[in-house]
Amino acid sequence: MPPSSKSADGLARTAMLATTIRRKNIKKGLAFSVMIVGSTGLGKSTFINTLCESPVFPKKDCGSPEKAALEKTVAITPVTVEMEEDGIKLSLTIVDTPGFGDNINNEGNFLDILHYIERQYDDILAEESRIKRNPKFYDNRVHALLYFIAPTGHSLRELDIEFMRRLGARANIIPVIAKADSMNPTELAAFKRRVMEDIAYYKIPIYNFPYDDEEDDDETIEENNELRALLPFSVVGSEDEVVLNGRRMRCRQYPWGLVEVDNSRHCDFSKLRYMLLSSHLQDLKEITHDFLYEQYRTEKLSKEGEDEDDELVDEDDRTEHRRQQELAGAEVAAQ
Amino acid sequence: MASPAPQQPQGDVAKKITLTGYVGFDSITEQIEKKLLKRGFAFNVMVVGRTGMGKSTLVNTLFAAHLKESNAPRRADTFRQTVEIQSVSHVIEENGVRLKLTVTDTPGYGDQVNNDNCWDPIIKYIKEQYSAYLRKELTPAREKRIPDTRIHAVLFFIAPTGHALSPLDITVMKKISEVANVIPVIAKSDSLTLEERTAFKRRIKEEIDFHGIRCYPYMDVEDDVVLSDQDRTERQAMQTIRDMIPFAIVGSERNVVIDGKAVRGRRTRWGIIDVENETHCEFVHLRNFLTRTHLQDMIETTASVHYEAFRTKQLVALKESTSQMGSYRSGPETASMTASQISAA
Repeated sequence: MPPSSKSADGLARTAMLATTIRRKNIKKGLAFSVMIVGSTGLGKSTFINTLCESPVFPKKDCGSPEKAALEKTVAITPVTVEMEEDGIKLSLTIVDTPGFGDNINNEGNFLDILHYIERQYDDILAEESRIKRNPKFYDNRVHALLYFIAPTGHSLRELDIEFMRRLGARANIIPVIAKADSMNPTELAAFKRRVMEDIAYYKIPIYNFPYDDEEDDDETIEENNELRALLPFSVVGSEDEVVLNGRRMRCRQYPWGLVEVDNSRHCDFSKLRYMLLSSHLQDLKEITHDFLYEQYRTEKLSKEGEDEDDELVDEDDRTEHRRQQELAGAEVAAQ
Repeated sequence: MASPAPQQPQGDVAKKITLTGYVGFDSITEQIEKKLLKRGFAFNVMVVGRTGMGKSTLVNTLFAAHLKESNAPRRADTFRQTVEIQSVSHVIEENGVRLKLTVTDTPGYGDQVNNDNCWDPIIKYIKEQYSAYLRKELTPAREKRIPDTRIHAVLFFIAPTGHALSPLDITVMKKISEVANVIPVIAKSDSLTLEERTAFKRRIKEEIDFHGIRCYPYMDVEDDVVLSDQDRTERQAMQTIRDMIPFAIVGSERNVVIDGKAVRGRRTRWGIIDVENETHCEFVHLRNFLTRTHLQDMIETTASVHYEAFRTKQLVALKESTSQMGSYRSGPETASMTASQISAA
């Protein structure tokens, strides 16, 4: 069947549809949630502030040495920022995960983050199954998870692999090389290649810019291929601005030179920002809803029949349990 | 016979006397030098830090030779479950002075998800060297020169997070500083701007003080010693070095051309980092400190402070156990017994 969008009629119709959707979006605004995960000191908070162009997260205060010496759990901190561009409002929720990978023993860290993500899915699951649904229900699911990799120059660490493996099934993981200005172009290219090899070797599921050969046009396919080739994105963050040749630039100033955040020859920050907040925002949301959430839902509801006795039933599990009973009751009542 | 000086409560302090002619015993320094040159020197350094901190590169840069390969694991099935200890020795020569340099690497440190007790193999190794030396010392028929495998310096690599020391860093630095000379360095410091570096160093020093980690060089002030001018300048120099710790370093085995000269450095898209430029990093200070000013002192401190502490503990423990046994045996049996009883505790 020939693509109808190519005919003049089809084009006009698509244009009208696009305008309608745009008008709707302008009214409603977009909502997008990004989680940032990585060890301390990889520049996550700075990255977030650079992304939002405002100090969303304050500069890290390590506190006194006494406090710093205590072992911590991951403190999951969501913050919502309203951004506007071309009349379209974007409500961006950023979830920071300070404390990840900080301890001597980090085995518990995955669970903290995994449970947060699954709780958001649970909320949607509960909401969907309600008899009376709330139309204004806020979708708090994590649409993209940026995983910050330390710029060792060698390959992925065990912590990286373990984390991405376990969470790849629940969120769109986008691997990012932190503090990329500690490597020169040769080292960076080699590191990127080795990281992608490791990801392929361990079959780690990441968001790799999928496209449909039949549905998408050549331009989209090429764009996706280009972005995929850049993975993992090398990132440099900075809140400091410098005026050079009349231009204001965000950069990091060293005795030997200036690293520009928005210069695509220095790092992939601008491409990542564009992809995350503009070109692939919708795709990430759709995959989260149509695929990841569905998978979770299926697994969760199939497990309902089985006994859940071994784990500690803490507050969260009890509420979950009650919700499931509610669901089961609702299903019975509906019949 | 000269009368004893008025206020001499302890020992016999020899009187100073002026010579009436040239004797020539000042050539003893040359005699010693000749002997030592023939013998050669041994220096053992250990590097501790997570994978990817540039440990191997730094060692190769420090001694201007490709001494070791990087120990990064290639694939996860090769993920080390414990810390390994790998030593490699080379004999390097400069102006007739031969140095047997042994570099001990600790691959696997800090790389696992659960790093509990990952420092045990490191401490064990350091103590084993003391133990081997002690055993050799105590044997009745001992060698003329006991080969010194004791670790003289431990370079501890701190990741350039710009925040603070990690709990693992603190724990391990503390443990190692109790048995060997620890010199902390900030790895890959070219990812920190100058402000970040200053703040980071300040924070690290605060934490080192807070946790009571004794880094080399040690500032043991002997209060009843009158400081000569030379001592004072030495002390000053020591203090300058102590203020610089941890050294912010950058390593490179490749050369870049700056102003027509080939220097070791890193070329990036935004500039060239010159390893030997003091405004870029503190590599030069570390190198001078390690090789040009304090090489001998580190060897000596290891022997006179750390080894002695180990030895005392071992011999005291030995004495207690022999007295507990309640019998005293003399002769060669004692020596072999003591040698075998000395374990790397």
